[in-house]
Amino acid sequence: MIEMNNVKVKYPGSKTYALSDVNINIEKGEFVFIVGASGSGKTTLIKLLLKEMDPTEGKVHVAGFDYAKLKRRNIPKVRRRIGVVFQNFRLLKDRTVYENVAFAQRVVETPGRYIRRQVPAMLTLVGLADKYKSYPKQLSGGEQQRVALARALVNKPEILLADEPTGNLDPKNSWEIMRLLEDVNKKGTTVVVVTHNKEIVNMMQKRVITLKKGEIISDEKKGGYIDED
Amino acid sequence: MRISSGFYSIRQGLKNIRRNILFSLASIGTIVSCLFLFGVFYCVIVNFRTGMKDLENTVVISVFFKEDVTDQNINLIGEQIRLRDEVNTIYFKSADEAWEEYAKDRYGDRYEEAIASFAGDNPLKYSASYEITLKDLSKQADFVSYLKGLTGVRSVNTSEVTADGIAALNSVVGYASAGIIVILLLVSVFLISNTITIGISVRKEEIAIMKLIGATNFFVRAPFIVEGIVIGLVGSLIPLVLIYYLYDNVTKYVIGRFKVVSQLFAFVPSHDIFAVLIPASAIIGIGLGLIGSIITTRKHLKV
Repeated sequence: MIEMNNVKVKYPGSKTYALSDVNINIEKGEFVFIVGASGSGKTTLIKLLLKEMDPTEGKVHVAGFDYAKLKRRNIPKVRRRIGVVFQNFRLLKDRTVYENVAFAQRVVETPGRYIRRQVPAMLTLVGLADKYKSYPKQLSGGEQQRVALARALVNKPEILLADEPTGNLDPKNSWEIMRLLEDVNKKGTTVVVVTHNKEIVNMMQKRVITLKKGEIISDEKKGGYIDED
Repeated sequence: MRISSGFYSIRQGLKNIRRNILFSLASIGTIVSCLFLFGVFYCVIVNFRTGMKDLENTVVISVFFKEDVTDQNINLIGEQIRLRDEVNTIYFKSADEAWEEYAKDRYGDRYEEAIASFAGDNPLKYSASYEITLKDLSKQADFVSYLKGLTGVRSVNTSEVTADGIAALNSVVGYASAGIIVILLLVSVFLISNTITIGISVRKEEIAIMKLIGATNFFVRAPFIVEGIVIGLVGSLIPLVLIYYLYDNVTKYVIGRFKVVSQLFAFVPSHDIFAVLIPASAIIGIGLGLIGSIITTRKHLKV
């Protein structure tokens, strides 16, 4: 589902590589944590997967698309197969919960009759069916992240990328989100979670890829959080 | 693009205008002033050109014949002149007509007496002429040379200064107004582009999310293009309404107040003006909006 071969990334003006000789192979239906300290290259990795940037060297394949051969006009096609959740939720503040989730479907031009059916179903899945009229500022951090998750999942992506999804949440809400991610994964979606949350990584016993200064220093099937200190 | 997505883009475009109401109004205001000036210039130019045309028709070239030329030859000369492309009208003024006209001018109400006193002897018996008006006064000099070269022509009277002056004034007014309108159009495109840029920066987060979710370039750009078109369209309609009322009232006022103007000059009817001005303004307004928004979205909105 995701394949990176000998990927190197060097930002203009930088002497060092943000990512160096990264080789990753993530199969369909896997649940993978990507961990590492700040500056380890996690954000660069996510940007590569979303085709927000190109590698300096190496190859990236996502959902059957070879990014080196992907034409600019086809970038939306691959992005429609990836759902994204961010640390700061990135909800549209001037729209209700319903509108935020429906927005994801409108953007990919889903017919209205499907939107009216799928959005309530997705809000039920994340436990926010009764809050569909609320605005983001009326919700707790955990609820906002669940809206963001509903938005990421409503288009039924093959891959779910979660960038520090629990970064702004308390432990209770963090676990709720992780449980939802696990449920999504059980239904067949490949889940990639970039996180700092040591406790969650250690408890969930999933595959853990550890980055340090742009290099993969560990890739374990049922790994734990490697403390760099 | 689906029909529902089209409606969504239109709604978003209208929302953009409401969200950025001040900047949208500023853009609309600029287009209004630009197209208002364009409309005023157009009205002035059309009337000016029509006036000039009328004036051109009063600039007459008179062709006189040698004393020994027969009536048959005069007819032949007339036929030759009539075949020329430059000729707008040609009128044969007989010697008697010339004498009567002169007498009227010279003796006023007593002209019949004066004519009778000459007892049938026409002092202007060699003054029969062709009076010619041209379609384009700028060609007068060449045409006069041609006339002078015709066999049997004694002299050609023209009003060279008037003809040159009118032709020069016509082209100066034409170029100056075209220049001013082009500058105003460029300013409008710049201001629309600014408004759209502000709209884009206000919706930066929304656009970023749209792109990450998989929106196509067209889908992201469409609301801004709708915004540009609506601004352009509204900006073109307001001056049309203004000019419509203004033109009618100004022409009525001028005709009512200055009777002499109506004798010298006939205003072009408003339906003739607006038959051109309505489509021209709408096309320019929408075009400005479209160009401004396309340039800006291409610059700022790349997936």
